[in-house]
Amino acid sequence: MPSSQNLTTETGVPRAGTDLPLVEMRGITKRFPNVLANDSVDLNLFPGEVHALLGENGAGKSTLMKILYGFYSSDGGTIKLDGREVQIGSPLDARKLQIGMVFQTFTLIPAMTVAENIALYLSDLPFAFDTRHVAEQIAEFSDQYHLDVDARCPIRDLAIGDQQKVEVLKLLLGNARILIFDEATRVLAPHEIDALFGIFKRLKEDGYAIVFITHKMREVLACADRITVMKRGRVAGTLERGRATEQTLIRLMFGDSVPEGIRPCDTDRPIAGSPLLELRGVSTRSKGFGIRLVDIDLKIHGGEIVGVAGVSGNGQRELGDVILGLLPCAYGKRLLDGIDATSWSPGRIRGHGVGFVPEDPLGMAAVPWMTVAQNAALGDVETYARRGGFSLDWERVERDLEASFEAFSLEPLPPAIQMRTLSGGQLQRAILARELGRRPKLLVALYPTRGLDVHSAIAARRVLSELREAGGGVLLISEDLDELCGLSDRLLVLHAGKIVGSFLPHEIDLHRIGHLMTGSGEEDG
Amino acid sequence: MARLLRATVRKMQTGWVIAGRRYVIILVVAIAAYAAVLLLAGKDPIKAYVDTFSFTLGSSYGFSEVLVRMIPLLLTAVAVALPSRLGLINVGGEGQLYMGAWLATWGAITFTSLPQAAFVPLLIVLGFLGGGAWASVAGFFRARGLVNETITTLLMNYIAPLIIGFFVYGSWRSREIGASAFPQSPAFPSAARLPQFFGTRVHLGLVLALVALALYWFVVERTKWGLKMRAIGGNPEAARRVGIRLGIYMVTVMFVAGGIAGLAGMAEVSALFGRLRAGFSPGYGFVGFLISWLTNGSPLGILVMSFVLAIVFSGGSLLQITQGVPFAAINVLMAIILLVVLARPRLAWVPSRRRP
Repeated sequence: MPSSQNLTTETGVPRAGTDLPLVEMRGITKRFPNVLANDSVDLNLFPGEVHALLGENGAGKSTLMKILYGFYSSDGGTIKLDGREVQIGSPLDARKLQIGMVFQTFTLIPAMTVAENIALYLSDLPFAFDTRHVAEQIAEFSDQYHLDVDARCPIRDLAIGDQQKVEVLKLLLGNARILIFDEATRVLAPHEIDALFGIFKRLKEDGYAIVFITHKMREVLACADRITVMKRGRVAGTLERGRATEQTLIRLMFGDSVPEGIRPCDTDRPIAGSPLLELRGVSTRSKGFGIRLVDIDLKIHGGEIVGVAGVSGNGQRELGDVILGLLPCAYGKRLLDGIDATSWSPGRIRGHGVGFVPEDPLGMAAVPWMTVAQNAALGDVETYARRGGFSLDWERVERDLEASFEAFSLEPLPPAIQMRTLSGGQLQRAILARELGRRPKLLVALYPTRGLDVHSAIAARRVLSELREAGGGVLLISEDLDELCGLSDRLLVLHAGKIVGSFLPHEIDLHRIGHLMTGSGEEDG
Repeated sequence: MARLLRATVRKMQTGWVIAGRRYVIILVVAIAAYAAVLLLAGKDPIKAYVDTFSFTLGSSYGFSEVLVRMIPLLLTAVAVALPSRLGLINVGGEGQLYMGAWLATWGAITFTSLPQAAFVPLLIVLGFLGGGAWASVAGFFRARGLVNETITTLLMNYIAPLIIGFFVYGSWRSREIGASAFPQSPAFPSAARLPQFFGTRVHLGLVLALVALALYWFVVERTKWGLKMRAIGGNPEAARRVGIRLGIYMVTVMFVAGGIAGLAGMAEVSALFGRLRAGFSPGYGFVGFLISWLTNGSPLGILVMSFVLAIVFSGGSLLQITQGVPFAAINVLMAIILLVVLARPRLAWVPSRRRP
């Protein structure tokens, strides 16, 4: 990659305070079946820096850091700590070497208090321990780094942003010097992200080294001192913050094949006729760990995308399920095309032209052991049934599938391949082709791009906007505010099972939405 | 389509090789382990095995007896394999078998004057209904999300023989001279006996079993209902989301499965004994479970393994006579087979389409 070499300024950069890297990873190689996740990767970490690892999904960022944290063992290469070569065979080794990691999904126990969770993590606990001692230490670190949390509060009562603070405290009390954050901002609202970056700043002043894994350009430019861009398992380049711009980073991430964005929607489209879907004062009963929807009023017309923003776990899944008929309305009404569909079964609602794209296609929409064609047939069994159901028209299934791939310009998949062997992007393509092949009037899309690489995500978004062009209605539930703002004709905010805000595209104010999402109200926003 | 077909054929061929190797390994290990048990008991394992094979496969009589033993094994194996396609674990083949026999017996001793042409269909319907109704209780509780079907079917196995006992010790107890010494029902009228073939004890149940096996394959692999069933088994969440009604499928499939096991019980009492006896099944329902588990519900596998285990069963009664090995020793062999199956899943790994 010739374009990347002249951008690399890895060697010989004087660092503030010290010239000696804290961590030196050299020639790290990791091979998984069928894929070279890391291909002789070099990386230096200096004390007192925030080092961003930027790249698409599958570029090898997480793998590299999991090798540093002892989660994976590398197939080649060396790691030096303070100039001394070390073997990191397990996370326990890593922690002894003062390396700590915060994972995408937090590893806290909801029913236990902050102090108990942190105590659990500390290896040198005495047989009978006193949480007060832990609480004192917590208070000490909290003051120093503005990580204000109540040590006696159970985790389940904390906001996500505060839970992340607990994760950071955990590492600090465990004496970590190197803090790795894996996609730490994914679940955070904008003001929580700002707070996290403030914490980064104070930590690096005290000489901590921070690795921040992300695929979001804006965040990298906001917090990093140095940026390493990874692409297909290799380092595409390392830049000082001062020399990095959005353009140079995009060039490094994608080379010359920068994916095209979606055409912004024309916002002043007149909306005519009765809504495709209407929820009138719908409330649900809570089921298991799910949240209760309260008094939801929602209309979706043909030709519009209604976006729903919110921190996951605030009723998104329940909202989708209520529309699809999987969750009964305890109160209120569900209308499809103006017809009362409150008591309809999921099958009948689906038959009425409602499709769905779930957050986790393999878990929620596909049968892993079946082929792409069988899964496609499953989407509409009655259409493909022949002789009263005693046989199925597989030729037509394949024809329709092919037509659907073509109609939405999705790269086709072989119909006889088993679903479980597909990658995330391919799976989502198969489900999109199935659901859109039925020409739904209404599509409920839950986090349709979660976990997809940039190319697949853009294809999925394009398909949603094409459905809108064709007069279909879309409910887009997402946690990616950029995605929501780019696509929605109307943006709703969901918090604790209620719709707490509604915005037209020109009214969108990210900080207000952020506060509504986290339930922190407007008084401080 | 051609591509799909070719891929399927290729998949099946490698599947056969893997599955075949799996069965052979399992049987070899189990037979060797059982030989060790026989040795410990002071018996000669080689002679035992030679006896078993020469008496079962070496004569047409022996062979026909193997077929007779195979009938309930085939039926109860299908009764387990069918729900397994939905991810349901039916451990209740034994109880369902008893209840099929119970309802069929009620018919046989109630409508004594029917001609055989009417009696045989009636018995088939009653046997099916008895087992089916028994199993659909478990299906219903599972569909409502109340109790797991593994628990209910397993526990109901202990109830069914007690119900049979209640009747054969009580109101149904035969009053015939000689027969009344045993807890058993009156003899069936001769019109209520399933026809037997070729002058052997091989009876109509074999036809029923083979038809059930063929239908099982056809429905699961070829029809729209089979597709939906496999979807439920493969991913219930996804099935629910594409609008499949899981509850109805669970109850219906449990009913049909129980019905098939019920046919086994009906055929045993009607064709072989002509009476209902307390504890007439030597655990056919459990062996059927073993077969289905072992073969992952593959129809050909069920056919082959039912035959092999039928040999083992016939051998059991044989060894009891020739070597004085108690019949219960068969249970040791069965347990060893089950252990081998469960303990070495990697050794004999087969792509499975259902969740364990």
